[in-house]
Amino acid sequence: MKDSGSPEISRRGILAGGAAAVAATHVPLADAQTATRSGLKPTLAKVEMTVNGKREAMELDTRTTLLDALREHLHLIGTKKGCDHGQCGACTVMVDGKRINSCLSLAVMHQGDKITTIEGLGTPDKLHPMQAAFIKHDGYQCGYCTPGQICSAVAVIEEIRAGVPSHVTGDLNAKTPISNAEMRERMSGNICRCGAYSNILEAMTEVAETRA
Amino acid sequence: MKPFTYERASSPAAAAAAVARTPGAKFIAGGTNLLDLMKLEIETPTHLIDVQELKLDKIEPTQDGGLRVGAFVSNTALASDARVRRDYGVLSRAIVAGASGQLRNKATTAGNLLQRTRCPYFYDTNQACNKRKPGSGCAALGGYSRQLGIIGTSDACIATYPGDMAVAMRLLDAQIETINPTGQSRTIPIADFHKLPGTTPHVENALQRGELITAVTLPKPLGGTHTYRKVRDRASYAYALVSVAAIVQPDGSGRVAIGGIAPRPWRVDAADAQLRNGSKAVVAPLLAGARPTEDNAFKVPLVERTLAAVLAETRA
Ligand SMILES: Cc1cc2nc3c(=O)[nH]c(=O)nc-3n(C[C@H](O)[C@H](O)[C@H](O)COP(=O)(O)OP(=O)(O)OC[C@H]3O[C@@H](n4cnc5c(N)ncnc54)[C@H](O)[C@@H]3O)c2cc1C
Ligand code: SF4
Ligand code: FES
Ligand code: FES
Repeated sequence: MKDSGSPEISRRGILAGGAAAVAATHVPLADAQTATRSGLKPTLAKVEMTVNGKREAMELDTRTTLLDALREHLHLIGTKKGCDHGQCGACTVMVDGKRINSCLSLAVMHQGDKITTIEGLGTPDKLHPMQAAFIKHDGYQCGYCTPGQICSAVAVIEEIRAGVPSHVTGDLNAKTPISNAEMRERMSGNICRCGAYSNILEAMTEVAETRA
Repeated sequence: MKPFTYERASSPAAAAAAVARTPGAKFIAGGTNLLDLMKLEIETPTHLIDVQELKLDKIEPTQDGGLRVGAFVSNTALASDARVRRDYGVLSRAIVAGASGQLRNKATTAGNLLQRTRCPYFYDTNQACNKRKPGSGCAALGGYSRQLGIIGTSDACIATYPGDMAVAMRLLDAQIETINPTGQSRTIPIADFHKLPGTTPHVENALQRGELITAVTLPKPLGGTHTYRKVRDRASYAYALVSVAAIVQPDGSGRVAIGGIAPRPWRVDAADAQLRNGSKAVVAPLLAGARPTEDNAFKVPLVERTLAAVLAETRA
Protein backbone atom coordinates (compact mmCIF):
# COMPACT_ATOMS: atom_id res chain seq x y z
CA MET A 1 0.00 0.00 0.00
CA LYS A 2 1.48 3.33 -0.96
CA ASP A 3 1.17 6.22 1.42
CA SER A 4 0.37 9.36 -0.52
CA GLY A 5 1.67 11.52 2.30
CA SER A 6 0.03 14.45 0.56
CA PRO A 7 -0.12 17.81 2.31
CA GLU A 8 -3.48 19.29 3.20
CA ILE A 9 -5.65 19.79 0.16
CA SER A 10 -8.85 21.77 0.31
CA ARG A 11 -12.12 20.29 -0.87
CA ARG A 12 -12.21 22.98 -3.54
CA GLY A 13 -8.71 21.91 -4.64
CA ILE A 14 -9.83 18.32 -5.00
CA LEU A 15 -12.83 19.34 -7.07
CA ALA A 16 -10.71 21.54 -9.33
CA GLY A 17 -8.18 18.75 -9.77
CA GLY A 18 -11.00 16.36 -10.63
CA ALA A 19 -12.31 18.71 -13.30
CA ALA A 20 -8.85 19.11 -14.79
CA ALA A 21 -8.45 15.36 -14.94
CA VAL A 22 -11.76 15.03 -16.76
CA ALA A 23 -10.76 17.69 -19.25
CA ALA A 24 -7.46 15.96 -19.91
CA THR A 25 -9.06 12.63 -20.72
CA HIS A 26 -11.29 14.32 -23.31
CA VAL A 27 -8.24 15.51 -25.22
CA PRO A 28 -6.38 12.51 -26.59
CA LEU A 29 -3.37 14.71 -27.43
CA ALA A 30 -1.21 13.50 -24.55
CA ASP A 31 -1.76 9.89 -25.55
CA ALA A 32 -1.00 10.61 -29.17
CA GLN A 33 2.30 12.23 -28.20
CA THR A 34 3.30 9.26 -26.05
CA ALA A 35 2.48 7.06 -28.97
CA THR A 36 4.79 8.92 -31.32
CA ARG A 37 7.60 8.79 -28.80
CA SER A 38 7.30 5.06 -28.20
CA GLY A 39 6.59 4.29 -31.86
CA LEU A 40 3.32 2.57 -30.95
CA LYS A 41 -0.05 3.77 -32.13
CA PRO A 42 -3.15 3.73 -29.95
CA THR A 43 -5.52 0.95 -31.00
CA LEU A 44 -9.27 1.33 -31.09
CA ALA A 45 -11.57 -1.60 -30.37
CA LYS A 46 -15.33 -2.01 -30.33
CA VAL A 47 -17.12 -3.23 -27.23
CA GLU A 48 -20.77 -3.66 -26.29
CA MET A 49 -22.06 -4.04 -22.78
CA THR A 50 -25.29 -3.55 -20.88
CA VAL A 51 -24.95 -0.75 -18.37
CA ASN A 52 -27.79 -0.28 -15.89
CA GLY A 53 -30.10 -2.18 -18.22
CA LYS A 54 -29.17 -0.16 -21.31
CA ARG A 55 -27.23 -1.58 -24.23
CA GLU A 56 -24.12 0.52 -24.92
CA ALA A 57 -21.82 0.22 -27.92
CA MET A 58 -18.50 2.01 -27.78
CA GLU A 59 -15.32 2.27 -29.75
CA LEU A 60 -12.46 2.79 -27.33
CA ASP A 61 -8.71 2.99 -27.07
CA THR A 62 -7.84 -0.49 -25.78
CA ARG A 63 -6.20 1.17 -22.76
CA THR A 64 -9.53 2.51 -21.47
CA THR A 65 -10.45 1.05 -18.12
CA LEU A 66 -14.04 0.12 -17.34
CA LEU A 67 -14.02 3.06 -14.92
CA ASP A 68 -13.00 5.57 -17.59
CA ALA A 69 -15.48 4.09 -20.08
CA LEU A 70 -18.28 4.59 -17.56
CA ARG A 71 -17.27 8.08 -16.51
CA GLU A 72 -15.76 9.67 -19.60
CA HIS A 73 -17.63 7.92 -22.39
CA LEU A 74 -21.02 7.09 -20.88
CA HIS A 75 -20.92 10.10 -18.52
CA LEU A 76 -22.02 7.99 -15.57
CA ILE A 77 -19.99 10.04 -13.13
CA GLY A 78 -21.44 8.51 -9.97
CA THR A 79 -18.64 5.94 -9.92
CA LYS A 80 -15.49 7.65 -8.63
CA LYS A 81 -11.79 7.44 -9.30
CA GLY A 82 -9.83 7.53 -6.07
CA CYS A 83 -6.48 5.84 -6.53
CA ASP A 84 -6.81 4.15 -9.97
CA HIS A 85 -4.77 1.22 -8.53
CA GLY A 86 -7.18 -1.04 -6.67
CA GLN A 87 -6.32 0.45 -3.30
CA CYS A 88 -9.43 2.43 -2.31
CA GLY A 89 -12.68 0.94 -3.68
CA ALA A 90 -14.17 4.28 -4.87
CA CYS A 91 -14.59 2.74 -8.33
CA THR A 92 -16.56 -0.32 -7.16
CA VAL A 93 -19.29 -1.44 -9.58
CA MET A 94 -21.11 -4.71 -10.11
CA VAL A 95 -20.30 -6.88 -13.13
CA ASP A 96 -22.70 -9.76 -13.67
CA GLY A 97 -23.74 -9.33 -10.03
CA LYS A 98 -20.22 -9.34 -8.57
CA ARG A 99 -18.47 -6.27 -7.18
CA ILE A 100 -15.13 -5.38 -8.75
CA ASN A 101 -12.73 -2.44 -8.90
CA SER A 102 -13.54 -0.90 -12.29
CA CYS A 103 -10.16 0.88 -12.35
CA LEU A 104 -8.28 -2.42 -12.65
CA SER A 105 -10.29 -3.84 -15.53
CA LEU A 106 -10.15 -3.00 -19.23
CA ALA A 107 -13.42 -1.98 -20.86
CA VAL A 108 -12.70 -4.24 -23.86
CA MET A 109 -12.66 -7.22 -21.52
CA HIS A 110 -16.35 -6.66 -20.74
CA GLN A 111 -17.92 -7.53 -24.09
CA GLY A 112 -21.47 -8.73 -23.37
CA ASP A 113 -21.26 -8.13 -19.62
CA LYS A 114 -23.98 -6.61 -17.44
CA ILE A 115 -22.68 -3.67 -15.43
CA THR A 116 -24.53 -2.01 -12.56
CA THR A 117 -23.30 1.33 -11.23
CA ILE A 118 -24.65 3.48 -8.42
CA GLU A 119 -26.97 5.12 -11.01
CA GLY A 120 -28.47 1.72 -11.80
CA LEU A 121 -29.00 0.64 -8.21
CA GLY A 122 -31.69 3.24 -7.56
CA THR A 123 -32.77 6.72 -8.64
CA PRO A 124 -33.41 9.85 -6.55
CA ASP A 125 -37.15 9.13 -6.49
CA LYS A 126 -36.79 5.38 -6.18
CA LEU A 127 -33.81 4.78 -3.91
CA HIS A 128 -32.31 1.36 -3.37
CA PRO A 129 -32.84 0.39 0.30
CA MET A 130 -29.08 0.70 0.86
CA GLN A 131 -29.03 4.22 -0.59
CA ALA A 132 -31.95 5.18 1.68
CA ALA A 133 -30.21 3.63 4.68
CA PHE A 134 -26.97 5.54 3.97
CA ILE A 135 -28.97 8.81 3.98
CA LYS A 136 -30.86 7.88 7.14
CA HIS A 137 -27.72 6.87 9.06
CA ASP A 138 -25.42 9.62 7.70
CA GLY A 139 -23.19 7.02 6.05
CA TYR A 140 -20.98 9.68 4.44
CA GLN A 141 -19.52 13.15 4.84
CA CYS A 142 -17.93 14.41 1.61
CA GLY A 143 -19.60 11.61 -0.34
CA TYR A 144 -16.65 10.79 -2.58
CA CYS A 145 -16.30 7.18 -1.50
CA THR A 146 -20.07 6.69 -1.15
CA PRO A 147 -21.06 5.24 -4.54
CA GLY A 148 -18.35 2.61 -4.12
CA GLN A 149 -19.35 2.00 -0.49
CA ILE A 150 -23.00 1.49 -1.44
CA CYS A 151 -22.24 -0.89 -4.33
CA SER A 152 -19.91 -2.82 -2.06
CA ALA A 153 -22.39 -2.85 0.83
CA VAL A 154 -25.13 -4.32 -1.35
CA ALA A 155 -22.74 -6.99 -2.65
CA VAL A 156 -21.37 -7.81 0.82
CA ILE A 157 -24.79 -8.82 2.11
CA GLU A 158 -25.32 -10.99 -0.99
CA GLU A 159 -21.86 -12.56 -0.56
CA ILE A 160 -22.52 -13.52 3.06
CA ARG A 161 -25.86 -15.04 2.05
CA ALA A 162 -24.20 -16.94 -0.81
CA GLY A 163 -21.71 -18.56 1.58
CA VAL A 164 -18.53 -16.72 0.53
CA PRO A 165 -16.16 -16.98 3.54
CA SER A 166 -14.13 -14.09 4.91
CA HIS A 167 -11.01 -13.61 6.99
CA VAL A 168 -13.07 -13.44 10.20
CA THR A 169 -15.35 -16.38 9.46
CA GLY A 170 -15.13 -18.84 12.37
CA ASP A 171 -16.32 -22.19 11.06
CA LEU A 172 -15.68 -22.53 7.33
CA ASN A 173 -18.30 -25.25 7.04
CA ALA A 174 -21.18 -23.54 8.83
CA LYS A 175 -23.59 -20.86 7.62
CA THR A 176 -22.00 -17.44 8.15
CA PRO A 177 -24.03 -14.98 10.23
CA ILE A 178 -24.42 -11.37 9.04
CA SER A 179 -22.50 -9.86 11.95
CA ASN A 180 -20.69 -6.58 12.55
CA ALA A 181 -17.33 -8.31 12.34
CA GLU A 182 -18.20 -9.98 9.03
CA MET A 183 -19.45 -6.74 7.45
CA ARG A 184 -16.48 -4.70 8.65
CA GLU A 185 -13.94 -7.18 7.32
CA ARG A 186 -15.69 -7.47 3.97
CA MET A 187 -15.90 -3.69 3.58
CA SER A 188 -12.13 -3.26 4.06
CA GLY A 189 -11.66 -2.73 0.32
CA ASN A 190 -13.56 0.56 0.57
CA ILE A 191 -11.57 3.31 2.21
CA CYS A 192 -13.38 6.38 3.58
CA ARG A 193 -11.12 9.33 4.17
CA CYS A 194 -13.90 11.02 6.19
CA GLY A 195 -14.17 8.03 8.49
CA ALA A 196 -17.89 7.38 8.09
CA TYR A 197 -17.31 3.71 8.82
CA SER A 198 -19.49 3.27 11.89
CA ASN A 199 -22.49 4.93 10.22
CA ILE A 200 -21.97 2.85 7.09
CA LEU A 201 -22.12 -0.21 9.29
CA GLU A 202 -25.37 0.97 10.84
CA ALA A 203 -26.89 1.47 7.40
CA MET A 204 -25.81 -2.02 6.36
CA THR A 205 -27.13 -3.56 9.55
CA GLU A 206 -30.54 -2.01 8.97
CA VAL A 207 -30.73 -3.28 5.40
CA ALA A 208 -29.51 -6.75 6.37
CA GLU A 209 -32.09 -6.96 9.15
CA THR A 210 -35.06 -5.72 7.15
CA ARG A 211 -34.28 -8.06 4.28
CA ALA A 212 -33.34 -11.06 6.44
CA MET B 1 0.12 3.30 -20.28
CA LYS B 2 1.70 2.22 -23.55
CA PRO B 3 -0.67 1.37 -26.40
CA PHE B 4 -1.37 -2.28 -27.09
CA THR B 5 -3.52 -4.46 -29.29
CA TYR B 6 -5.97 -6.90 -27.75
CA GLU B 7 -7.38 -10.30 -28.64
CA ARG B 8 -9.41 -13.03 -26.98
CA ALA B 9 -7.97 -16.50 -27.42
CA SER B 10 -10.35 -19.38 -28.08
CA SER B 11 -8.24 -22.32 -26.87
CA PRO B 12 -5.34 -22.76 -24.45
CA ALA B 13 -3.01 -23.94 -27.24
CA ALA B 14 -3.98 -20.97 -29.42
CA ALA B 15 -3.36 -18.58 -26.52
CA ALA B 16 0.08 -20.05 -25.86
CA ALA B 17 0.98 -19.95 -29.55
CA ALA B 18 -0.23 -16.35 -29.86
CA VAL B 19 2.05 -15.16 -27.04
CA ALA B 20 5.01 -17.09 -28.43
CA ARG B 21 4.54 -15.67 -31.93
CA THR B 22 3.99 -12.01 -30.93
CA PRO B 23 6.94 -10.13 -29.43
CA GLY B 24 5.83 -8.14 -26.39
CA ALA B 25 2.63 -10.17 -25.93
CA LYS B 26 1.28 -11.17 -22.51
CA PHE B 27 -1.70 -13.07 -21.16
CA ILE B 28 -4.25 -11.11 -19.16
CA ALA B 29 -6.62 -12.82 -16.71
CA GLY B 30 -8.26 -10.73 -13.96
CA GLY B 31 -5.94 -7.86 -14.84
CA THR B 32 -5.62 -6.74 -11.21
CA ASN B 33 -1.84 -7.02 -11.13
CA LEU B 34 -0.94 -6.56 -14.78
CA LEU B 35 -3.02 -3.40 -15.32
CA ASP B 36 -1.71 -1.85 -12.12
CA LEU B 37 1.84 -2.37 -13.43
CA MET B 38 0.96 -1.25 -16.97
CA LYS B 39 -0.37 2.07 -15.68
CA LEU B 40 3.03 2.67 -14.10
CA GLU B 41 4.79 1.40 -17.25
CA ILE B 42 6.59 -1.24 -15.23
CA GLU B 43 4.95 -3.75 -17.56
CA THR B 44 4.74 -2.60 -21.18
CA PRO B 45 3.11 -5.36 -23.24
CA THR B 46 2.32 -4.42 -26.84
CA HIS B 47 -0.33 -7.12 -27.24
CA LEU B 48 -2.69 -8.65 -24.67
CA ILE B 49 -4.22 -12.09 -24.95
CA ASP B 50 -7.33 -12.38 -22.84
CA VAL B 51 -7.77 -15.88 -21.40
CA GLN B 52 -11.35 -15.49 -20.12
CA GLU B 53 -12.93 -17.67 -22.81
CA LEU B 54 -10.62 -20.67 -22.46
CA LYS B 55 -13.06 -22.52 -20.17
CA LEU B 56 -10.42 -22.83 -17.46
CA ASP B 57 -12.95 -21.87 -14.79
CA LYS B 58 -13.90 -25.23 -13.28
CA ILE B 59 -12.95 -27.05 -10.09
CA GLU B 60 -13.09 -30.81 -10.67
CA PRO B 61 -12.07 -33.95 -8.76
CA THR B 62 -8.88 -35.67 -9.94
CA GLN B 63 -8.43 -39.43 -10.29
CA ASP B 64 -6.30 -39.68 -7.17
CA GLY B 65 -8.87 -38.01 -4.91
CA GLY B 66 -7.62 -34.43 -5.16
CA LEU B 67 -8.97 -31.38 -6.96
CA ARG B 68 -8.04 -29.74 -10.25
CA VAL B 69 -8.54 -25.97 -10.07
CA GLY B 70 -8.78 -24.23 -13.45
CA ALA B 71 -6.31 -21.38 -13.99
CA PHE B 72 -9.17 -18.90 -14.44
CA VAL B 73 -11.12 -19.87 -11.30
CA SER B 74 -11.53 -16.67 -9.28
CA ASN B 75 -10.09 -16.38 -5.78
CA THR B 76 -13.63 -15.94 -4.44
CA ALA B 77 -14.90 -19.07 -6.19
CA LEU B 78 -11.95 -21.13 -4.98
CA ALA B 79 -12.20 -19.97 -1.36
CA SER B 80 -15.98 -20.57 -1.39
CA ASP B 81 -15.98 -24.05 -2.93
CA ALA B 82 -17.52 -26.48 -0.42
CA ARG B 83 -14.81 -29.11 -1.06
CA VAL B 84 -12.03 -26.57 -0.54
CA ARG B 85 -13.62 -25.28 2.67
CA ARG B 86 -13.98 -28.80 4.00
CA ASP B 87 -10.75 -30.49 2.89
CA TYR B 88 -8.30 -27.65 2.19
CA GLY B 89 -9.30 -25.08 4.83
CA VAL B 90 -5.81 -23.55 4.83
CA LEU B 91 -6.30 -22.58 1.18
CA SER B 92 -9.68 -20.89 1.77
CA ARG B 93 -8.19 -19.08 4.75
CA ALA B 94 -5.09 -17.91 2.88
CA ILE B 95 -7.15 -16.56 -0.02
CA VAL B 96 -9.56 -14.57 2.13
CA ALA B 97 -6.63 -13.14 4.08
CA GLY B 98 -5.48 -11.44 0.87
CA ALA B 99 -6.53 -8.29 -0.97
CA SER B 100 -10.21 -7.19 -0.78
CA GLY B 101 -13.57 -8.69 -1.70
CA GLN B 102 -13.62 -6.75 -4.97
CA LEU B 103 -10.12 -7.86 -5.94
CA ARG B 104 -10.74 -11.49 -5.04
CA ASN B 105 -13.77 -11.51 -7.34
CA LYS B 106 -11.47 -10.67 -10.26
CA ALA B 107 -8.17 -12.29 -9.23
CA THR B 108 -7.59 -15.69 -10.80
CA THR B 109 -5.68 -18.76 -9.66
CA ALA B 110 -2.91 -18.38 -12.24
CA GLY B 111 -2.74 -14.59 -11.97
CA ASN B 112 -2.43 -14.82 -8.21
CA LEU B 113 0.50 -17.27 -8.46
CA LEU B 114 2.18 -14.90 -10.90
CA GLN B 115 1.60 -11.63 -9.06
CA ARG B 116 4.79 -9.62 -8.87
CA THR B 117 6.61 -8.29 -5.84
CA ARG B 118 5.45 -5.24 -3.88
CA CYS B 119 8.99 -3.97 -3.27
CA PRO B 120 8.52 -0.16 -3.22
CA TYR B 121 11.58 0.37 -5.42
CA PHE B 122 10.28 -2.08 -8.03
CA TYR B 123 7.17 0.13 -8.16
CA ASP B 124 9.13 3.39 -8.45
CA THR B 125 10.51 3.63 -11.97
CA ASN B 126 12.96 6.35 -10.89
CA GLN B 127 14.84 3.86 -8.73
CA ALA B 128 17.45 1.26 -9.59
CA CYS B 129 15.94 -2.22 -9.60
CA ASN B 130 17.52 -5.37 -11.00
CA LYS B 131 14.16 -7.05 -11.24
CA ARG B 132 12.56 -4.30 -13.30
CA LYS B 133 15.69 -3.36 -15.23
CA PRO B 134 18.37 -6.09 -15.10
CA GLY B 135 21.80 -4.75 -14.22
CA SER B 136 20.56 -1.39 -12.90
CA GLY B 137 21.28 -2.20 -9.23
CA CYS B 138 19.03 -2.59 -6.21
CA ALA B 139 17.79 0.50 -4.41
CA ALA B 140 16.32 -1.62 -1.62
CA LEU B 141 19.78 -2.67 -0.42
CA GLY B 142 20.60 0.03 2.07
CA GLY B 143 17.17 1.56 1.43
CA TYR B 144 13.87 1.14 3.22
CA SER B 145 13.48 -2.61 3.50
CA ARG B 146 11.06 -3.21 6.34
CA GLN B 147 8.70 -5.27 4.17
CA LEU B 148 11.34 -7.12 2.20
CA GLY B 149 12.91 -10.57 2.40
CA ILE B 150 15.06 -12.14 5.09
CA ILE B 151 15.90 -15.45 3.46
CA GLY B 152 16.44 -16.86 -0.04
CA THR B 153 17.39 -13.34 -1.15
CA SER B 154 20.63 -12.38 -2.93
CA ASP B 155 22.98 -9.45 -3.36
CA ALA B 156 21.02 -8.58 -6.51
CA CYS B 157 17.51 -8.57 -4.98
CA ILE B 158 15.91 -8.87 -1.55
CA ALA B 159 12.26 -8.70 -2.64
CA THR B 160 9.57 -11.09 -1.45
CA TYR B 161 6.89 -13.00 -3.25
CA PRO B 162 4.00 -11.11 -1.66
CA GLY B 163 0.97 -13.38 -2.11
CA ASP B 164 -1.02 -15.48 0.33
CA MET B 165 -2.75 -18.17 -1.79
CA ALA B 166 0.55 -19.65 -2.98
CA VAL B 167 1.75 -20.12 0.60
CA ALA B 168 -1.15 -22.49 1.24
CA MET B 169 -0.59 -24.18 -2.12
CA ARG B 170 3.07 -24.73 -1.24
CA LEU B 171 1.99 -26.23 2.06
CA LEU B 172 -0.36 -28.59 0.20
CA ASP B 173 2.31 -29.50 -2.42
CA ALA B 174 0.08 -28.36 -5.27
CA GLN B 175 1.13 -29.00 -8.88
CA ILE B 176 0.94 -26.48 -11.69
CA GLU B 177 -0.26 -27.74 -15.07
CA THR B 178 0.75 -25.87 -18.19
CA ILE B 179 0.54 -26.02 -21.96
CA ASN B 180 3.30 -24.66 -24.18
CA PRO B 181 3.12 -23.01 -27.62
CA THR B 182 3.56 -26.36 -29.39
CA GLY B 183 0.61 -27.80 -27.50
CA GLN B 184 2.59 -29.93 -25.02
CA SER B 185 1.52 -30.15 -21.39
CA ARG B 186 3.70 -30.47 -18.32
CA THR B 187 3.33 -30.45 -14.57
CA ILE B 188 5.52 -28.31 -12.31
CA PRO B 189 5.58 -28.98 -8.54
CA ILE B 190 4.93 -25.69 -6.77
CA ALA B 191 8.22 -26.13 -4.88
CA ASP B 192 10.02 -25.63 -8.22
CA PHE B 193 7.75 -22.91 -9.58
CA HIS B 194 8.94 -19.65 -8.00
CA LYS B 195 12.67 -19.02 -8.53
CA LEU B 196 15.15 -17.56 -6.08
CA PRO B 197 16.73 -14.35 -7.44
CA GLY B 198 20.43 -15.26 -7.48
CA THR B 199 21.99 -12.99 -10.11
CA THR B 200 18.82 -13.00 -12.26
CA PRO B 201 15.99 -11.54 -10.16
CA HIS B 202 13.95 -10.76 -13.29
CA VAL B 203 13.49 -14.52 -13.80
CA GLU B 204 10.71 -15.19 -11.31
CA ASN B 205 9.27 -18.56 -12.21
CA ALA B 206 9.72 -21.77 -14.18
CA LEU B 207 7.46 -20.80 -17.09
CA GLN B 208 8.88 -20.58 -20.60
CA ARG B 209 7.80 -17.80 -22.96
CA GLY B 210 4.22 -18.46 -24.10
CA GLU B 211 3.67 -21.23 -21.57
CA LEU B 212 0.11 -20.96 -20.24
CA ILE B 213 -1.01 -22.22 -16.84
CA THR B 214 -4.13 -24.31 -17.35
CA ALA B 215 -4.75 -25.60 -13.81
CA VAL B 216 -3.41 -26.14 -10.32
CA THR B 217 -4.01 -29.58 -8.82
CA LEU B 218 -4.31 -30.29 -5.12
CA PRO B 219 -3.36 -33.73 -3.74
CA LYS B 220 -5.92 -35.81 -1.94
CA PRO B 221 -6.97 -34.26 1.39
CA LEU B 222 -4.31 -34.36 4.12
CA GLY B 223 -6.62 -34.17 7.14
CA GLY B 224 -5.38 -32.40 10.27
CA THR B 225 -6.11 -28.89 11.53
CA HIS B 226 -5.65 -26.17 8.95
CA THR B 227 -4.56 -22.63 9.89
CA TYR B 228 -3.43 -19.51 8.10
CA ARG B 229 -2.24 -16.68 10.30
CA LYS B 230 -1.25 -13.38 8.70
CA VAL B 231 0.54 -10.57 10.53
CA ARG B 232 0.32 -7.16 8.87
CA ASP B 233 0.29 -3.43 9.48
CA ARG B 234 -3.49 -3.21 9.49
CA ALA B 235 -6.13 -5.84 10.18
CA SER B 236 -7.30 -6.22 6.57
CA TYR B 237 -6.44 -5.26 2.98
CA ALA B 238 -2.67 -5.24 3.51
CA TYR B 239 0.17 -7.53 2.48
CA ALA B 240 1.76 -9.83 5.02
CA LEU B 241 4.79 -8.89 7.06
CA VAL B 242 4.84 -12.57 8.00
CA SER B 243 2.26 -15.28 7.45
CA VAL B 244 2.17 -18.87 8.66
CA ALA B 245 0.26 -21.65 6.92
CA ALA B 246 0.11 -24.87 8.91
CA ILE B 247 -1.49 -28.28 8.92
CA VAL B 248 -1.12 -30.08 12.24
CA GLN B 249 -2.15 -33.72 12.71
CA PRO B 250 -3.63 -35.08 15.96
CA ASP B 251 -0.22 -36.60 16.87
CA GLY B 252 1.44 -33.17 16.60
CA SER B 253 3.26 -33.85 13.33
CA GLY B 254 2.52 -31.72 10.29
CA ARG B 255 3.90 -29.05 8.00
CA VAL B 256 4.39 -25.29 7.87
CA ALA B 257 5.00 -22.75 5.12
CA ILE B 258 5.81 -19.08 5.64
CA GLY B 259 4.82 -16.08 3.54
CA GLY B 260 6.16 -12.53 3.46
CA ILE B 261 9.80 -13.39 4.14
CA ALA B 262 11.28 -14.81 0.94
CA PRO B 263 11.14 -14.67 -2.86
CA ARG B 264 8.84 -17.68 -2.70
CA PRO B 265 6.57 -19.36 -0.17
CA TRP B 266 9.13 -20.68 2.31
CA ARG B 267 9.05 -24.31 3.38
CA VAL B 268 11.88 -26.54 4.63
CA ASP B 269 11.51 -30.33 5.10
CA ALA B 270 13.86 -30.41 8.10
CA ALA B 271 11.68 -27.79 9.78
CA ASP B 272 8.49 -29.79 9.19
CA ALA B 273 10.20 -32.74 10.88
CA GLN B 274 10.61 -30.66 14.07
CA LEU B 275 6.96 -29.70 14.40
CA ARG B 276 6.33 -31.86 17.49
CA ASN B 277 9.22 -30.12 19.25
CA GLY B 278 7.75 -26.64 19.24
CA SER B 279 8.29 -23.39 17.41
CA LYS B 280 11.93 -22.79 18.44
CA ALA B 281 12.95 -26.22 17.14
CA VAL B 282 11.12 -25.57 13.87
CA VAL B 283 12.51 -22.10 13.29
CA ALA B 284 16.18 -23.14 13.62
CA PRO B 285 16.22 -25.17 10.36
CA LEU B 286 13.47 -23.05 8.79
CA LEU B 287 15.43 -19.80 9.00
CA ALA B 288 18.97 -21.20 8.86
CA GLY B 289 21.07 -18.84 6.75
CA ALA B 290 18.62 -15.93 7.04
CA ARG B 291 20.12 -12.56 6.10
CA PRO B 292 17.74 -9.90 7.39
CA THR B 293 18.45 -6.19 6.98
CA GLU B 294 18.47 -3.78 9.89
CA ASP B 295 14.93 -2.73 8.93
CA ASN B 296 13.43 -6.20 8.77
CA ALA B 297 15.39 -8.09 11.44
CA PHE B 298 12.13 -8.05 13.44
CA LYS B 299 10.75 -10.66 11.06
CA VAL B 300 13.01 -13.37 12.54
CA PRO B 301 11.41 -13.32 16.02
CA LEU B 302 8.04 -12.55 14.41
CA VAL B 303 8.13 -15.83 12.47
CA GLU B 304 8.93 -17.74 15.66
CA ARG B 305 6.21 -16.04 17.69
CA THR B 306 3.56 -16.34 15.01
CA LEU B 307 4.38 -20.01 14.66
CA ALA B 308 4.20 -20.46 18.44
CA ALA B 309 0.75 -18.85 18.42
CA VAL B 310 -0.39 -21.09 15.57
CA LEU B 311 0.84 -24.24 17.30
CA ALA B 312 -0.77 -23.23 20.59
CA GLU B 313 -4.04 -22.59 18.75
CA THR B 314 -4.06 -25.94 16.93
CA ARG B 315 -3.38 -27.80 20.17
CA ALA B 316 -6.04 -25.94 22.12
C1 LIG C 1 -4.51 -3.11 -3.52
C2 LIG C 1 -4.16 -4.56 -3.69
C3 LIG C 1 -3.96 -5.35 -2.57
C4 LIG C 1 -3.63 -6.69 -2.71
N1 LIG C 1 -3.41 -7.44 -1.59
C5 LIG C 1 -3.07 -8.75 -1.72
C6 LIG C 1 -2.82 -9.55 -0.59
O1 LIG C 1 -2.92 -9.12 0.56
N2 LIG C 1 -2.47 -10.85 -0.79
C7 LIG C 1 -2.37 -11.38 -2.04
O2 LIG C 1 -2.05 -12.57 -2.16
N3 LIG C 1 -2.58 -10.64 -3.13
C8 LIG C 1 -2.94 -9.34 -3.00
N4 LIG C 1 -3.14 -8.59 -4.12
C9 LIG C 1 -2.78 -9.15 -5.43
C10 LIG C 1 -3.88 -9.89 -6.11
O3 LIG C 1 -4.08 -11.10 -5.43
C11 LIG C 1 -3.40 -10.13 -7.55
O4 LIG C 1 -3.45 -8.89 -8.23
C12 LIG C 1 -4.24 -11.13 -8.30
O5 LIG C 1 -4.23 -12.37 -7.66
C13 LIG C 1 -3.72 -11.29 -9.72
O6 LIG C 1 -4.59 -12.12 -10.45
P1 LIG C 1 -5.18 -11.66 -11.86
O7 LIG C 1 -5.98 -12.77 -12.41
O8 LIG C 1 -5.87 -10.35 -11.75
O9 LIG C 1 -3.83 -11.51 -12.67
P2 LIG C 1 -3.42 -10.62 -13.95
O10 LIG C 1 -3.14 -9.24 -13.50
O11 LIG C 1 -4.42 -10.80 -15.04
O12 LIG C 1 -2.11 -11.34 -14.37
C14 LIG C 1 -0.95 -11.41 -13.56
C15 LIG C 1 0.16 -12.07 -14.35
O13 LIG C 1 -0.16 -13.43 -14.62
C16 LIG C 1 -0.08 -13.72 -16.01
N5 LIG C 1 -1.11 -14.74 -16.27
C17 LIG C 1 -2.43 -14.66 -15.96
N6 LIG C 1 -3.04 -15.83 -16.25
C18 LIG C 1 -2.09 -16.66 -16.74
C19 LIG C 1 -2.10 -18.02 -17.19
N7 LIG C 1 -3.22 -18.75 -17.21
N8 LIG C 1 -0.94 -18.57 -17.59
C20 LIG C 1 0.21 -17.83 -17.58
N9 LIG C 1 0.28 -16.56 -17.20
C21 LIG C 1 -0.86 -15.98 -16.76
C22 LIG C 1 -0.28 -12.38 -16.69
O14 LIG C 1 0.36 -12.36 -17.96
C23 LIG C 1 0.40 -11.44 -15.72
O15 LIG C 1 1.78 -11.40 -15.94
C24 LIG C 1 -3.50 -7.25 -4.01
C25 LIG C 1 -3.73 -6.46 -5.13
C26 LIG C 1 -4.04 -5.13 -4.99
C27 LIG C 1 -4.27 -4.30 -6.23
S1 SF4 D 1 14.79 -5.79 -3.85
FE1 SF4 D 1 14.54 -6.64 -5.91
S2 SF4 D 1 12.62 -5.70 -6.57
FE2 SF4 D 1 13.36 -4.43 -4.86
S3 SF4 D 1 14.67 -2.81 -5.79
FE3 SF4 D 1 16.01 -4.53 -5.27
S4 SF4 D 1 16.09 -5.65 -7.23
FE4 SF4 D 1 14.27 -4.38 -7.34
S1 FES E 1 -10.08 3.98 -7.97
FE1 FES E 1 -10.30 1.85 -8.17
S2 FES E 1 -9.72 1.12 -6.22
FE2 FES E 1 -9.25 3.23 -6.08
S1 FES F 1 -17.49 10.20 2.88
FE1 FES F 1 -15.67 11.31 2.40
S2 FES F 1 -14.33 9.70 1.79
FE2 FES F 1 -15.99 8.62 2.57
